[in-house]
Amino acid sequence: MDMGSFMQQFVQQLINGISLGSIYALVALGYTMIYGIIKLINFAHGDIYMLGAYFGFIATTMFGFSFIPAILFSMACAALAGIIIERVAYRPMRNAPRIAILITAIGVSFFLEYSMILIATPQPRTFPAVFEATIYHFGPLVVNSQQIVILISALILMAVLTYIVQNTKAGKAMRAVSFDADAARLMGINIDRVISMTFALGSALAAAGGVLVGIYYNSIDPLMGMVPGIKAFVAAVLGGIGIIPGAMLGGIILGVVEAMVSGFFSSTFRDAAAFAILILILLYKPAGILGKNVREKV
Amino acid sequence: MNALRKKDLLTLVACAVLFAVMQGLMMAEIIGPFWELNIVLICINIILSVSLNLINGYTGQFSIGHAGFLAVGAYTGAIVTVKLGFSYELALIAGTVAAGFLGFLIGLPTLRLNGDYLAIATLGLGEIIRICILNIDYVGGASGLMGIPRLTNFPWVFWIMIFIIFFIKNFKNSAPGRCCLAIRENEIAADTMGIDTTKYKVMAFTLGAAFAGTAGVLFSHYFYIAHPASFTFMRSFDILTMVVLGGLGSMTGAITGAVLLTFISAYLAEYPEWRMIIYSITLIVLMLRRPQGLFGNKELSLKMFHLGGGKDGSTAESK
Repeated sequence: MDMGSFMQQFVQQLINGISLGSIYALVALGYTMIYGIIKLINFAHGDIYMLGAYFGFIATTMFGFSFIPAILFSMACAALAGIIIERVAYRPMRNAPRIAILITAIGVSFFLEYSMILIATPQPRTFPAVFEATIYHFGPLVVNSQQIVILISALILMAVLTYIVQNTKAGKAMRAVSFDADAARLMGINIDRVISMTFALGSALAAAGGVLVGIYYNSIDPLMGMVPGIKAFVAAVLGGIGIIPGAMLGGIILGVVEAMVSGFFSSTFRDAAAFAILILILLYKPAGILGKNVREKV
Repeated sequence: MNALRKKDLLTLVACAVLFAVMQGLMMAEIIGPFWELNIVLICINIILSVSLNLINGYTGQFSIGHAGFLAVGAYTGAIVTVKLGFSYELALIAGTVAAGFLGFLIGLPTLRLNGDYLAIATLGLGEIIRICILNIDYVGGASGLMGIPRLTNFPWVFWIMIFIIFFIKNFKNSAPGRCCLAIRENEIAADTMGIDTTKYKVMAFTLGAAFAGTAGVLFSHYFYIAHPASFTFMRSFDILTMVVLGGLGSMTGAITGAVLLTFISAYLAEYPEWRMIIYSITLIVLMLRRPQGLFGNKELSLKMFHLGGGKDGSTAESK
């Protein structure tokens, strides 16, 4: 491979990686917010992303919605699902050992996956093309309209999230709870409501990711959330868990690395690369790229 | 000391009786092939949960990559018998040593991490092991390594299980075992008391991984095949669930968890589409009702029933 074609391949994979990575970032945001607020690795989050894809599927095929109403419908439904899951499965365990909550999360994840298999059969479904797929050529580079839509939607959603977290009263409450839950309670913040809201926001973002991935790959199935769910968590850890810009950065980096590995080596090693990066990051900078090292107090 | 020996001997006799009864029922074909398979599976799962309990329960290191070591054991054992044509005994030793060695190599750097970070790192390493196996054509790649002779039978799996249970039980009561317990209770305090925390964490991790490797050899030589899809992180979750359900840090808890969950999933095999749904609801409800697991970190013993009444030891104990 000479230099020119190498550069071309590199830039092409960079484009593919960024669009895939922005989906990871959307899912990772929910992980990082939930972890930041109740220190739970919500293994069911990947399945919320799957639910979101199915809600989007229902909205487009049954109700005939176009892209924007469909994604909003899916986000609203998933937010509701997130609130219900938190209320039923996690809230009674607020004071339980953390590992027990983790097992509950695994249980919820199985429940969502296999209920969906029961309802919708395990067969993959074709996600309808909600808009005209156009392919643009920039010299030797190929970009399709889906990639552009994914990137733009992800950026808008991240901007909205950043606005909510930084500039609204609810966002301030969220930051306060994640900083120190007990102190926040003393200041009169209703912790339960803040946690519900965090789950709603996180789930809505994951659902958006699900719809976008449905549009990108044209195919959805009940187990589609398993591996991306874990990878989104990797992305969250990569950027620094609990840090919102960290999740965005981590998602993009993960997507780019995966695209590079499948472009230059072999797609079968793609998943291994994601985990290898994770382990390297954990060993050399355990707090993540944007994280600060916190000294443990005795 | 003497009393302890006597108690161990009694337990061993009880195990022998249990074995004789089971074996007799199998010979007389009262236990059919379906349940025989499930009993072997229960024994393998007990080995896995007890060895994970050594890492997660006794040493307090949150590892969820156990399926990776299971895979290493399964494949190493299969290579020894199928590809190299050596005996089953050698396969068992090779599988154990290979998984233990890998556990040592992985444990040394990763055990510096703690809590959720260690969990996610071990999960990642388990997946890396599986993906590497998936890409090695020598062992069949994605289609798995087939044609493994069925050399595992009930006596093998039962006595290896008993050996491992006794080994881990004695390890817990030994000096290194107590160091592990101290690390679980408070790592910094253990460090200040002069315990070489890294050494004991790696020791527990290596032992746990090695026994998972043994279980792997037993597994692949019972089911004729070693397939990468049987060693995903879902399998690790399965094992973790058994340990947590029984009560983290309780040997009898780990055993009960393994027996209970294997039975539930065997019973539900008749309703394939409802199986995982019922399984997951059981899991959620059990965790909501008893977040510290069935036994907490207590052991099930006859004493538990004698004391009875007001002293329900397992509620206040775990945090």
